[in-house]
Amino acid sequence: MASHSVSRLSPFNVVSLALGLAFLYLPIAILMIYSFNASRLVNVWGGWSTRWYVELMNDQAMLAAAWMSLRVAAVSATAATILGTLAALALSRGERFRGRTLFSGMLYAPLVMPEVITGLSLLLLFVAVQTERGFWTVTIAHTTLTMCFVAVVVQSRLGAIDRSLEEAAMDLGCPPARAFLYVTLPIILPAVIAGWLLAFTLSLDDLVIASFTTGPGSSTLPIRIYSEVRLGVKPQINAICTLIVAAIAVVIVAASLIAKMSSVRGESAAPL
Amino acid sequence: MDEHPQKQEAMQAGAALDTPLLRISSLTKRFGGYVAIDQLSLDIHAGEFFALLGPSGCGKTTLLRMIAGFETPDSGEMLFNGENIASALPHQRPFNMMFQNYALFPHLTVEGNIAFGLKRLGMQKADIKDVVAQMLALVQLDGLGKRRPDQLSGGQRQRVALARSLALRPKILLLDEPMAALDKKLRESTQRELLELQRKLNMTFIIVTHDQDEAMTVADRIGVMDHGRLEQVAPPRQLYEAPRSRWIAEFVGDVNVFDGKVTGEENGRVTLETRDAGVIAALKPPSVDESKMLCVAIRPEKIKISQYGPVNDLGGNAAFNRLPGVVADIGYLGNATIYSVRLDTGAVLRANVSNATRLDTDSYHVGQRVVAWFVPADCMVLEQ
Repeated sequence: MASHSVSRLSPFNVVSLALGLAFLYLPIAILMIYSFNASRLVNVWGGWSTRWYVELMNDQAMLAAAWMSLRVAAVSATAATILGTLAALALSRGERFRGRTLFSGMLYAPLVMPEVITGLSLLLLFVAVQTERGFWTVTIAHTTLTMCFVAVVVQSRLGAIDRSLEEAAMDLGCPPARAFLYVTLPIILPAVIAGWLLAFTLSLDDLVIASFTTGPGSSTLPIRIYSEVRLGVKPQINAICTLIVAAIAVVIVAASLIAKMSSVRGESAAPL
Repeated sequence: MDEHPQKQEAMQAGAALDTPLLRISSLTKRFGGYVAIDQLSLDIHAGEFFALLGPSGCGKTTLLRMIAGFETPDSGEMLFNGENIASALPHQRPFNMMFQNYALFPHLTVEGNIAFGLKRLGMQKADIKDVVAQMLALVQLDGLGKRRPDQLSGGQRQRVALARSLALRPKILLLDEPMAALDKKLRESTQRELLELQRKLNMTFIIVTHDQDEAMTVADRIGVMDHGRLEQVAPPRQLYEAPRSRWIAEFVGDVNVFDGKVTGEENGRVTLETRDAGVIAALKPPSVDESKMLCVAIRPEKIKISQYGPVNDLGGNAAFNRLPGVVADIGYLGNATIYSVRLDTGAVLRANVSNATRLDTDSYHVGQRVVAWFVPADCMVLEQ
C-alpha cells in the first residue's frame, strides 16, 4: 500500500519537489560547474578545465587554512561530543535535581544565541586570561558552540530509551558504568555519531566565532575564503568549495551507511 | 537442568528448619513525603511461588524493586540466607528480574539477550552457547535465536525475557506484572507454563500482579498490599474464604457486605442485626471485638436462590439464613448467572448461580419473588 502511494506523485507534487530541490541545489551546482571553467573570469564560460584545482594544490596558504579547519573541526567535534553526551545524560538520566529545568534551558540557549555575541564574549574571556589566540582558542570556541547541538541530538535519543534497559543490565550483572557501556552507549551510538558529524560540519562552516577567537597566522578555511573573496572571487575558490561539498557529501553518505549497517547487524554493534 | 540437586535439597532442608530464604523486616521507603513502603515485614521461603497483589499505587512494585536492588530502603533489614543485603547493588544480588515491558536489549539478538548475563560472568563461549540453547528449549523458542526483539511477537518476547532472567539461575526470580501485555487466552496458558517451570526448576519466584486470578492461579502464598503495608499473607483459599478484613474481602473476589451489630449468641453462632438485610446468623468469629460495629460478608456463589427456600431447619433455629426479595436484575455469563435480588428489607444482594445443566430449570425472571438463602458457616463476620 505504502509503496503504491509513494510511487504515484501528482503533477503538483513533482513540480513543487523540483522547485524545492532547484532552490536548494542550483547555486551549489552552478558553483561546482564554474569550478571547472577554463576562463579566469568567474562569470564567463570558457570551456572545461581542471586548472583551478591544480593551482589550488599550489596555494600553500589555502591548504594550510584547510588543514587548520579540519584539525579544529575534528578536535572540537570530539570534545563537543563527549561533553554534550555527558550533559544529555545528566539531564535525562539524573534524578530530578533542583534547577534542572534552568540547566537544560541554559544548555540550549547557545542554539539561539547570536554568534557575534558568543564570539565577542569568548574573545573577551581569552583576552582576560591572556591566552595566545590560535588553534586552541578556536577549538575551545567551537566546542562551546557545537556542544549544545550534540546534547540536543543525544538527549532526544536518550528520551526514547526505556530506563528499565539499564536496570536490566545491572540486574544481569553489570555495575552501573558497565551497564552504560554495554547497553546505553550502543543504543545511543547512532545519535552520538550524528552529533559528532553535526559538530564537525558546524565547526568547518563557522566564520563569525572563528574570526573573533583566532590569532594571526592561524586562519581557518572560511576566514581565508572570505578574505580572498573580498579582493575578488578567484576561480580557485570555486574549486575548494566544490571539494568541501564533495567531502561533506561523502561523510553524510558514509554516516547513513554506518547507521544502516549497525541496525542490520544488531549483535556486533555491542562490545562483547 | 538440575546440576546441583544436593544444593537444592539442602536449601529445602533449610526451609524446613524455618530459616527463610529472604527475610524482610520493618522495611520503610519514602519518596519525598510519600510513604511507599511502611514498616513492612515478610518471609519468603525457598522453593515457594509468592505473589504480591494489590491495587495500583499500593507499593508492590516498589517492594519488588527494593528486593532487586533498584531502590534502597530508608530503614529496615533485608536478610538473604541471614546476610543483610538491603544496600547491595543489583548486580551483587543473586536475584534476577523479569520486567513488565520485558526490557529486551534492542541492539542484541535473542541469543545475545539471553547470553548477556552469562558473558558478564566471564563464562567460556562454548558453555554460554550450551546454556543459551538450553534456555531457548526451556521456553520453546528453538530456532529463533538469531532474531532481534523487534522481529518477535509479544508472546515470544515475553519468553525471551523469561529465558534471559532464568539463564543465571537466580536464587529468586522476580516477576513484575509479567503477563500484563498478553491477551487473556495467552495469559492463561502462560500462567500454567510459568507454574510448571517453577516446579520443574524448583526455584523461588516472587510475582507482582494486580490481577487476582493470576495470583490465585500461580501462587502458593499471596501477600495483599495496600498503602505500603501487607494487609494479609495467606494461601489463596484462606485469603478468599477467610479474609482478615472487610477491605481484603472486597478486594479479592466479589462479595455482599452488610453492616450490623451482634445482638445474640448461642451454640457457637452469633446473630447480627444488619442495617438493611434483616437478621443474619453466622459462625462465631474467633477474634473480633463483638461490641463494635461489624459487617457480615457473603460470597455470591455461596448464596442459593429458590422460590420458597429450604423446607426444614434441621439443626435448630438458625440452620439457614433466608432473605426474601424480588429479582431486580439478571446477568447471564454463560457458565453462571448473576441474580441481583432486592430484599424486602431494602438491601440488594448478588447471587452467583452456576448453570450446571443446559436446561433452564433454575432460571428466574425479573420481578419474580424468590428467597435467597445461605448457611451461617458461609458468612464471614469482619471488622470494618
